[in-house]
Amino acid sequence: MSLLDRELPGVAMTPDNIRTQKLPLVANLGVALAAVVVSAALVLGLGLGNWVLVIVLSWVLYLVGLLYAAGRVEGRRAARNRAWQSLIYSACLLAILPLASVVWTLVSKGASRLDGNFFGTSMNNIGARDANGGAYHAIIGTLEQVGIAALIAVPLGVLGAIYLVEYGRGKFAGTVRFFVDVMTGIPSIVAGLFILSFWVLIVSPWFNNGQPRFSGFAASLALSVLMLPTIVRSTEEMLRLVPGPLREGAYALGVPQWKTILKIVVPTALPGIVTGVMLAIARAAGETAPVLLVAGGAAAINFDPFTGNQSSLALYVYQQAGDASKYAPARAWTAALTLVAIVLILTIAAKMLARRNSLTR
Amino acid sequence: MAKRIEASNVSSYYGSFKAIDSISMTVEPKTITALIGPSGCGKSTFLRSINRMHEVLPNARIEGRLTIDEQNIYDPDVDVTAVRRLIGMVFQRPNPFPTMSIYENVVAGLKLNGVKKKSLLDDAAEQSLKSANLWNEVKDRLNRPGAGLSGGQQQRLCIARTIAVEPQVVLMDEPCSALDPISTLAIEDLMFKLKDRFTIIIVTHNMQQAARVSDKTGFFSIDKTGDPGRLIEYDDTQKIFSNPTQKKTEDYITGRFG
Repeated sequence: MSLLDRELPGVAMTPDNIRTQKLPLVANLGVALAAVVVSAALVLGLGLGNWVLVIVLSWVLYLVGLLYAAGRVEGRRAARNRAWQSLIYSACLLAILPLASVVWTLVSKGASRLDGNFFGTSMNNIGARDANGGAYHAIIGTLEQVGIAALIAVPLGVLGAIYLVEYGRGKFAGTVRFFVDVMTGIPSIVAGLFILSFWVLIVSPWFNNGQPRFSGFAASLALSVLMLPTIVRSTEEMLRLVPGPLREGAYALGVPQWKTILKIVVPTALPGIVTGVMLAIARAAGETAPVLLVAGGAAAINFDPFTGNQSSLALYVYQQAGDASKYAPARAWTAALTLVAIVLILTIAAKMLARRNSLTR
Repeated sequence: MAKRIEASNVSSYYGSFKAIDSISMTVEPKTITALIGPSGCGKSTFLRSINRMHEVLPNARIEGRLTIDEQNIYDPDVDVTAVRRLIGMVFQRPNPFPTMSIYENVVAGLKLNGVKKKSLLDDAAEQSLKSANLWNEVKDRLNRPGAGLSGGQQQRLCIARTIAVEPQVVLMDEPCSALDPISTLAIEDLMFKLKDRFTIIIVTHNMQQAARVSDKTGFFSIDKTGDPGRLIEYDDTQKIFSNPTQKKTEDYITGRFG
């Protein structure tokens, strides 16, 4: 008798018997049906709640019932396996549910103003009783601010990560890494305040006859402060995943280090780097506070990111959601949908670009 | 064109750990030299010291003198990349560049060192793949990814990549350890062919392989774990495998130790 047989009778399979009983699918469905019926009878019969409680209760009953039935038929180990499996699937479902709900809400509520007027006009001269009005100015603002922020943060972040992985040794690199970690936790409002006090109040007066001035560029600076640590950290992780032998293979061909990094290491890590950059861009595009603080928000179209107030989609959503017009909420929903769509399109485009360079398997 | 390698009193360190202790040996041009010995005895470290790959690892350093045709490769004014172009290396595990096609892998060394002319690259790719016994298998799919080949093919691809830059010396660090007998045979045949043009130094755990392919054999050993590796005996392969001078060598090759 083996140790497993002695310690776990009925669980371990003996050499003579490698088969086990399986819970049939019918029994599984039966348990599910019984769980629904019982919980419906309980909840609705006793008047405890509505259909949401029925779903939750029947889910719990189903899990318990399945565990019991599997325990009777399949044995303890198999039942435990089933229990964990169903818990993991449940958790996955629970995690997806809010996401699906968000998408559904955005699409269903945002569709009503999804018209040419929304994408072609600004909020200039739109009063509380006007049903029209659009987010053209906010879309321009978001694209310009996030674009400039990416132009600043992506090269800095990627080069910084290359330094940390390929060259950084000793105390200085450790310090840089530490401060990047600290920067990851900076709340966006703090980044906005920093740019407000440094750029808007101190630097911008030099270019504007001594008067401080809001601008989309200031918002870009604040956003780039927020994007930088995300890009550095994700790029760093991706570069570390590139196997050392690849670098050595290039060195052994007499390729200098900088060229190895440029032509071997970065291309190998590129899809991952792009993902990290897109996460940072998505985060920046959704920021409201810094834009409000340093770009001020505007109702009119302003193409110039360096002069005058600008709005952004996130800020537009915030303002429309709080506006005292019965037409404003619809505009806010459509703007939110637009923002999500822009981020989605950018992400897909970037992934496809990154994939085009690498080979198809 | 092949060059003579001369090591005198070469010691290599990882931080404060001494991995090999004053190794001295001379490798003649256009020969195959096999380095054998138990695991952890410093064969690979010595091999990596020859083309300055040892120093890629953090805190690694080296003492002593290593010359290639009388030029010390560790002189301060020596360009590391030039040394590595002169002394190519094939690694234990095949490491084709994953973002590159078969063709791009072969010409990577040339291209990254500045060769742009398409006709030159095409010729070099064909020649190297032919020398590496891989041309017939891949000539119709040069644009497929290099990582999609089988293990043996990948290793021959890496050999083609190495000889494409026309080094004087080729170092091989257990190139056949992950390969099946047929691929191993293909690579051994290849080594005989390459011997006409290159000096080859190979680290191997396979003593039959050492006996089959090499002209000279160096036996490395350590006394106990933590001690630096030493070169116990270095002589003609014939002599090492039939009538070694040292008791230790005899014990090792007859399988009584290690």
